[in-house]
Amino acid sequence: MALTDTQLRVVLYEGTGAAPIESDDRLTAVRSLLERGFGVTRAGAARPLAPADPSPLLVVGRWQDAPPATEPNIRWQSFDLPNLANAAEAARSGFAAPTPGAWKPWFPVIDYDRCTNCMQCLSFCLFGVYGVDTAKQIQVQNNDNCKTNCPACSRVCPEAAIMFPKYKAGPINGDVVSDSDLNREKMKIDISALLGGDVYSLLRDRSERARSRFGKERDSDKALAERQKCLTKLAALAGDIPPEVLMSLPSPEEIARKAEEAAAKAKAALANS
Amino acid sequence: MSAPAAGVPAILYCHCQYAQVVPPEVKAAVLKQLCDSNLPFEAVPDLCELSARRDPSLQRLAAAGPLKIAACFPRAVKWLFAAANAPLTPGTTEVLNLRTLPAADAAAAIVHPDLTPNLPTGKVTQADAPASSSTPSF
Repeated sequence: MALTDTQLRVVLYEGTGAAPIESDDRLTAVRSLLERGFGVTRAGAARPLAPADPSPLLVVGRWQDAPPATEPNIRWQSFDLPNLANAAEAARSGFAAPTPGAWKPWFPVIDYDRCTNCMQCLSFCLFGVYGVDTAKQIQVQNNDNCKTNCPACSRVCPEAAIMFPKYKAGPINGDVVSDSDLNREKMKIDISALLGGDVYSLLRDRSERARSRFGKERDSDKALAERQKCLTKLAALAGDIPPEVLMSLPSPEEIARKAEEAAAKAKAALANS
Repeated sequence: MSAPAAGVPAILYCHCQYAQVVPPEVKAAVLKQLCDSNLPFEAVPDLCELSARRDPSLQRLAAAGPLKIAACFPRAVKWLFAAANAPLTPGTTEVLNLRTLPAADAAAAIVHPDLTPNLPTGKVTQADAPASSSTPSF
């Protein structure tokens, strides 16, 4: 499934040629469709609606005559409340539209009013979420690589320009940014510096120390223990980075390699901007 | 506070289906108000998901003219649309923040025909926060 696939939309049609739907039934229908991940348009005449788009549509109504014939991206169906969600699911399958909710939409959103294009996020993220466009402007390129519930990159942004709209608190959730928030962000970076420059250099240094300590006798269990110790310390300081995210980080060697790649990418983008 | 924009706004409601950050009673009140009204509206399960997909429906909605959006923080909504190549028009867009508004206020505001544009422009700081907004620290 590509994240660019267009989702099915359900239209509750109550205009000319269809009888109105009672408000309680309308509420039940809309809520059940939303909870199954389907967008809903309630069409009427009192206010404008947005113009049509290429989304596949399931149009349901209490038709006074036979509904119009099916078109390539439109199906028409009688309003049948108990079976509405199943009908939407059947239409979604028939149109080969993506399954909603298959991926929790957790990803960074950049506030370009605040972003200074400093590339700290690109340097920091090991999962390839960030990249630059042809104008060397930072952008989110692979949002489905982002680790669910991890707001770590927003904490290294000196301008609090990175939002996760589903985060619990501001300014990461999009709330206004206060001076104390900015100072707090700086403090986070200072904590990182205390750890040894940055998170990944810390991991790299520990990896080097472990390598010299254990030499050829260093086994995978000891390496894992070292990594867990380091990550546990980091998790305690950062506070809200999920343990499963930390444990899904690549090996220390891979981290070092990826960090160098990301730093080089950021440096190149800054040099050419 | 901006002056009301001309034109009756279209309505967009986000159910924020994939997170528990909007109080359920607020979502319930807004959705009931919409369904009890005789107004057309658009309801999406999750704006974040549409933005992540760069779903063309966001361009359709952004091009709808005056638009009232019931979702979350205006700064987040603005950049969610922008990330999908569907920039909202600051002068004709109002975002109701369901994370901070009381249920009754949100329900009344969503069907009100007046539109008070409030998309942030430039760096948003505490001075831009509405008096009633809570700004939890982290």
